[in-house]
Amino acid sequence: MKTYYGKSVFNGIAIGKISIYQKGEQQVKRVKVDNTENEKKRYYAAVEQATKELQALYDKAVKEVGEANAAIFEIHQMMLQDDDYKESVENIVDSQQVNAEYAVATTGDNFSQMFAAMDDEYMRGRAADVKDISERLLNILSGKAKTGMDTDEPVIVLADDLAPSETVQMNKELVLSFVTVHGSVNSHTAILARTMSIPALIGTDIPLDDTVNGKLAIVDGSKGVIYVEPDESTLSEMQEKQKEELEQKALLQTLKGKPNVTLDGKEIKLYANIGNIKDLATVIQNDAGGIGLFRSEFLYLEKDNYPTEEEQFSVYKTVAETMAGKQVIIRTLDIGADKQCDYFELGKEDNPAMGYRAIRICLDRPEVFKTQLRALFRASAYGNLAIMYPMITSVWEVKKIKEIVEEVKKELTEQNIAFGNPSQGIMIETPAAVIISQELAKEVDFFSIGTNDLTQYTLAIDRQNTNLDDFYDAHHPAILAMIRMVIENAHKEGIWAGICGELGADMDLTQDFLAMGIDELSVSPGRILPIRKIILETNVAVLKK
Amino acid sequence: MKEFTYTITDPEGIHARPAGELVKVAKEFSCKVTLTKDGKSGDCKKIFGIMGLAVKNGNEVVMSFDGEDEDAAYEKISAFMKENL
Repeated sequence: MKTYYGKSVFNGIAIGKISIYQKGEQQVKRVKVDNTENEKKRYYAAVEQATKELQALYDKAVKEVGEANAAIFEIHQMMLQDDDYKESVENIVDSQQVNAEYAVATTGDNFSQMFAAMDDEYMRGRAADVKDISERLLNILSGKAKTGMDTDEPVIVLADDLAPSETVQMNKELVLSFVTVHGSVNSHTAILARTMSIPALIGTDIPLDDTVNGKLAIVDGSKGVIYVEPDESTLSEMQEKQKEELEQKALLQTLKGKPNVTLDGKEIKLYANIGNIKDLATVIQNDAGGIGLFRSEFLYLEKDNYPTEEEQFSVYKTVAETMAGKQVIIRTLDIGADKQCDYFELGKEDNPAMGYRAIRICLDRPEVFKTQLRALFRASAYGNLAIMYPMITSVWEVKKIKEIVEEVKKELTEQNIAFGNPSQGIMIETPAAVIISQELAKEVDFFSIGTNDLTQYTLAIDRQNTNLDDFYDAHHPAILAMIRMVIENAHKEGIWAGICGELGADMDLTQDFLAMGIDELSVSPGRILPIRKIILETNVAVLKK
Repeated sequence: MKEFTYTITDPEGIHARPAGELVKVAKEFSCKVTLTKDGKSGDCKKIFGIMGLAVKNGNEVVMSFDGEDEDAAYEKISAFMKENL
């Protein structure tokens, strides 16, 4: 078994034989001709034919990858009709008295070299487009079609790189995966792989020779790996993984677009947890009703200085707009404990989990907190944003937050800067917050239970300490009793309660949570549809009996 | 002859797609339409000529129109550029 690595553009497993895509470049001979008029006529006819072919490819690509990505074939048509290109071909035929093939090949080389020599990466990439149209003309002139893929069974297509016209012309039913040595994440191949939902790797360190051609291989898009001639254990492991994926896909198809309503009519908000703006695509793919926990830490952890108000605003605005009216709950800064950021200069602590972290830092350093709040309030004018404050233990903390929020709103108003009116809630992740939850409920719009910290604080167990595994019980009755209490107290004060910790995605407990009256579950995107399935099959009234 | 100066605001500059659109618009007119950047000029009816100038965001370009329907071309192309580039 040989293993090669590339950059994944779409997750998934593909198992099949490798077929190396043959470019089929034309060998062009320089032939002296007497009748140059005839050569030019052949060239004009080839241009006409190529334009027709490109129009057909454009129509096909619009259906496959959308209008914006199909536009490349319109550009190709314009390049074909370009007067400079045409004059160059005519000139070579006339002055050197040679065949049309030679004139086209020479012109194509000259023009693509012009692009290749430019000091702009995008324009350098266009050299491939010029080559592509010239090859098309040469194929028509010589009457030979490209060889392409020589296969009648579905294969993993391996190539140095693939031109848009090559991928569009492929019979998609024969493509299990694309693997290329070159190419970029935004290339046509990558876009096509995503729209076809098939795994694909680019920038792969694989040789294009007989050591791999025709051999059985496995592409694992989630890891960015291709195994050639896999051993038996890898093969069976991957077949199992593929089976699970296919089941998941099938589930997705049947459950997408359905509301999360129990058999007796209770609707649950089923939201996604994400930690980076890059995860937005998976939220939409899995049909989440909103984002229940958007961890804002990445904005701070990815930088070596405080992110500015504008930087934060632009990220929050993008999320709000992308989710188009669906609720997006952004949790304010939660660093400290295991998430450290050098420029905060937090200092060493003996017991960081119980130390200077999250809202405690924000209340202690209001200038940092205010920057984030200003960005959040401004962004909330662009969508359905909500703000959630972590690590609350006392009512005074919430009151203090509200004072700071009022200052922020006042400042924005005075500066004539538009802002929205986001709902504001807190995380319930300390035993203290659970016990006083009815008092806290009077102050906020919603609760979200953070079960990871709540469990650690309630059971007095550090989850990183493997010596304590025997004592750790994720389903401890104390935790379940606390969750029930929080939900009841929230409902008494007329607000909603959800769970955004890991326990919320524990499918053994979904029905228990429904029986307790949970209003929202926020889980990792991949869990949305499996949990939707449980909700659709549950009758809360029967469970309660 | 008429001309105007324009600063490109499209973050990607005049890449292939807008270059193609500009060519399409320019071809509607019989007058000569020229784009000049840093002393180098390109014929707006030729896609390679335009792309060859590699016009980027923030670049200042001079558009000139010379011929019978130059007024109409001026109107239409200045509107096109404000909207798309």
